[in-house]
Amino acid sequence: MNNEIAVRFDGITKAFGSKVVANKDVTFDIYKGEILSLLGENGSGKTTLMNMLAGIYYPDKGKIFINGEEAVITSPHDAFRYKIGMIHQHFKLVDVFSAAQNIVLGIKDEKYNIKKASARIGEIAKKYGFIIDPNKKIHEMSVSEKQTVEIIKVLYRGADILVLDEPTAVLTPQEIEKLFVILRNMRRDGKTIIIITHKLNEVMEISDRVAILRKGEYVGTVETSRTSEKALTEMMVGQKIELNIDRSEPKNSEDRLIIKNITYKNREGVLVLDDVSFTARSGEILGVAGISGSGQKELLETIAGLIKPDGGDIIFHNPKKDKPVTLFHKTLKQVKELAVKGCFHYPDGSPVNLSGISDKQIKRLIDEEKIIFNEDEIMDLRNKTPLQIRELGVRLSFVPEDRLGMGLVGNMDIVDNMMLRSYRKGNPIFVDRKKPSDLADKIISELQVVTPSSHTPIRRLSGGNVQKVLVGREISYAPKVLMAAYPVRGLDINSSYAIYNLLTKQKENGAAVIFVGEDLDVLLSLCDRIIVISGGQITGVLDGRTANKEEVGLLMTKHSKEVETND
Amino acid sequence: MTNSNKTQQREPLFHITKRTDIPLWKSLLIRVGAIVLGLLIIAIICSIMFGINPFAVFATIIEGNFGTERRFWILLQDTALLLVVGLALIPAFKMKFWNLGGNGQVLVGALATVAVMKFLGGELPDGIVWVIMLLASVIAGAIWAVIPAIFKAFFNTNESLFTLMMNYIAEALVLYFVYIWKTGASDTIEPMPMGNLPTIGNPFLLTIIVAAIITVFLAIYLKFSKHGYEISVVGESQNTAKYIGINVKKVVIRTLVLSGAMCGLVGLLLAGAIDHTMSATTAQNMGFTGIMVAWLAKFNPIIMVLSALGIQFLTKGMGRVQKKFGITSDAVSNIMIGLIYFFVIACEFFISYKIHINLKSKNKAKNSDGGNK
Repeated sequence: MNNEIAVRFDGITKAFGSKVVANKDVTFDIYKGEILSLLGENGSGKTTLMNMLAGIYYPDKGKIFINGEEAVITSPHDAFRYKIGMIHQHFKLVDVFSAAQNIVLGIKDEKYNIKKASARIGEIAKKYGFIIDPNKKIHEMSVSEKQTVEIIKVLYRGADILVLDEPTAVLTPQEIEKLFVILRNMRRDGKTIIIITHKLNEVMEISDRVAILRKGEYVGTVETSRTSEKALTEMMVGQKIELNIDRSEPKNSEDRLIIKNITYKNREGVLVLDDVSFTARSGEILGVAGISGSGQKELLETIAGLIKPDGGDIIFHNPKKDKPVTLFHKTLKQVKELAVKGCFHYPDGSPVNLSGISDKQIKRLIDEEKIIFNEDEIMDLRNKTPLQIRELGVRLSFVPEDRLGMGLVGNMDIVDNMMLRSYRKGNPIFVDRKKPSDLADKIISELQVVTPSSHTPIRRLSGGNVQKVLVGREISYAPKVLMAAYPVRGLDINSSYAIYNLLTKQKENGAAVIFVGEDLDVLLSLCDRIIVISGGQITGVLDGRTANKEEVGLLMTKHSKEVETND
Repeated sequence: MTNSNKTQQREPLFHITKRTDIPLWKSLLIRVGAIVLGLLIIAIICSIMFGINPFAVFATIIEGNFGTERRFWILLQDTALLLVVGLALIPAFKMKFWNLGGNGQVLVGALATVAVMKFLGGELPDGIVWVIMLLASVIAGAIWAVIPAIFKAFFNTNESLFTLMMNYIAEALVLYFVYIWKTGASDTIEPMPMGNLPTIGNPFLLTIIVAAIITVFLAIYLKFSKHGYEISVVGESQNTAKYIGINVKKVVIRTLVLSGAMCGLVGLLLAGAIDHTMSATTAQNMGFTGIMVAWLAKFNPIIMVLSALGIQFLTKGMGRVQKKFGITSDAVSNIMIGLIYFFVIACEFFISYKIHINLKSKNKAKNSDGGNK
């Protein structure tokens, strides 16, 4: 590393609309031949700043200097002229083209010659240690291979300054190690590398210096060797925070949800869930680890009744033995049906027979808690719709991955979003907004949701607040099973830990929590048990207290052919 | 730096940002400005292309609507009809079901009405005939809308094309029955003598009252009923609807029954209370104009009263202009109405977005010039 400046941001400001200021007067330097981590929470303006370097956005104010000269970058094409290449978080590749075809796509100044290009790709790969087959089609590739294509694409164009936007988010620990080796090789070759990330351990491992943004403003740059994760967090968040997950020992744990041999083929006929079996127990958090897209989404949606499995059983075990029935989760009709089957006894132990008793009297018996279950309820939820599951009295809550596309409605306000689960109750024709409104107020105050009011459209809230609303609604029904898919994706550190604490509290309240996560460190410190899913199969069940990252990482790629070809 | 880089030193001339909120007066000002601008262009076209005094044109537009008491009542009646068609479309549109079949649904409603009038008018007491007319027209409209809805719900067919095609079928059906039931010397059905709907106060008031009732009903239905809530959820995200256990198929079909029934009702009013007969043009293209009524008001039933009134005002006024100035071609008034629509719709862009002109680049050019000297 030398002290020659490769990129200088000078007073960069960029606003979206009149209220959202993504970058405000950002000024700092990036040296030639260094790996610089751009650290900041979601929404702190990291990606926007780099997009201005890559010509996707144009700054409202301020100047960018490249190698000491003022640069005007109005398009990605301009960026390449300045030898800047960006690898975006969402890959921009043509699926049906081969790696080589994608790499040469859009290059104007050389003739289309795939053989020559392949040879040059081979040279680049050898120089930096990539493993790539130039003739392989993109749709046949794993995420890590696609990323390799993206990186080679910018190197092929002669980029000296590389920007990588959250490159490790989609990789396994082993793949991350390989990527880091390559990045170090590139640094040795004199390339300037900027990594956008919010994972502190990776920042510490790979970068020479760390530049920190907070709420669009530049906080400072520190040398990695002279700082610590804790100090970085404080710079990033702007205050001292405790990042501890208080993992309590599971109490009175019993089998709650038993998944047996679930198999599911999607519309394209691909086997997404392959003979999946596991048990979720009450009072514990069961983590689901895996590369994203390994079947986690389908697994949860199958349990929630959103997709029908092709085979297997979903057994819900409701601990009702010796507990009185309530009208909160059973209708009068259901109680009568169960009574006919002989499911109840009176407090004195005699069997309940409701024939010939009026509805009013039955209701009174229920209110007085005189009708008591003989046994635990065991129900098969397979092939039940979400509504049927709810009508069965199964308190199953689900925080889906797609918050605004499934869990909530972005254009509706918080009150109407509260209503999603409860609107059927009460008056048969008109909706009752009173109770949802109370619930909204309660969630806003208890979970400290930052919102102008409970009548603000939910899409205007920040990611963390949206998630608090969703999780708040789902836990307000005192769930017996709580499923959460990537509940902290896109959330800042404070909100993330707030969510972890909420999940832990549900576990302590006796819920069986199923947590699908991507950050292995979090999975290992939050979960009591971890199942690892790879290619739709469960490849391992581990104890969250004793498992280590490498172990989980290996299981995440077991059975997965794509990664084997990489070795 | 190389020369090629220097030629690239151009900054974008302007950029566009989304407005997060805009004060009401500002958005109204933009809308009024757009209409004024539209009128100005019309005035220019009038005087240059046709040599007509533009102020005479504007005066005639007003005269065409308010010149006589009858014209004024017709304006209100036709506004009411257009409003009901627009209202009929919004439950479907809120669900993102693009019902382009308003015309067809109105026509089959009219067809059913005329059929009842023809065969039962005078045979049964008037009151019973009216009830049968009401049921027949509403059911006919509902059937016409629900057929595409069923295909959409179960086979995910494209509802825009399907409803559009249903228009042509309805039109052909009406032509066919006009041909076999024709009573006049030309190939038309003479106004029905029996079974016409009663007159309340004056011949126009019934339609206006029906429209007022439906407006209030629909505003409440969409905002406060469970059905209305379900429509919003399905329209925003089918995934969310499935997640909370809404039966999307059921909601689609139920909503289109409502949508079609309301269009059928317009058919009843047209055939049973206004025209007393039917033809292939009975629907007056309201199935499409109604779309504009709905969009201009952003699906707000109350504001739709204004958008329907505005559109009818222009149409009636321009009709009068054509007559008075002896313009034989419809094209002229259509161009003018089209211009106004264009400005009104285009101004929405300036309400949602703000345009910043980059003055910075000019300053810089000056600076570099200075440097060269």
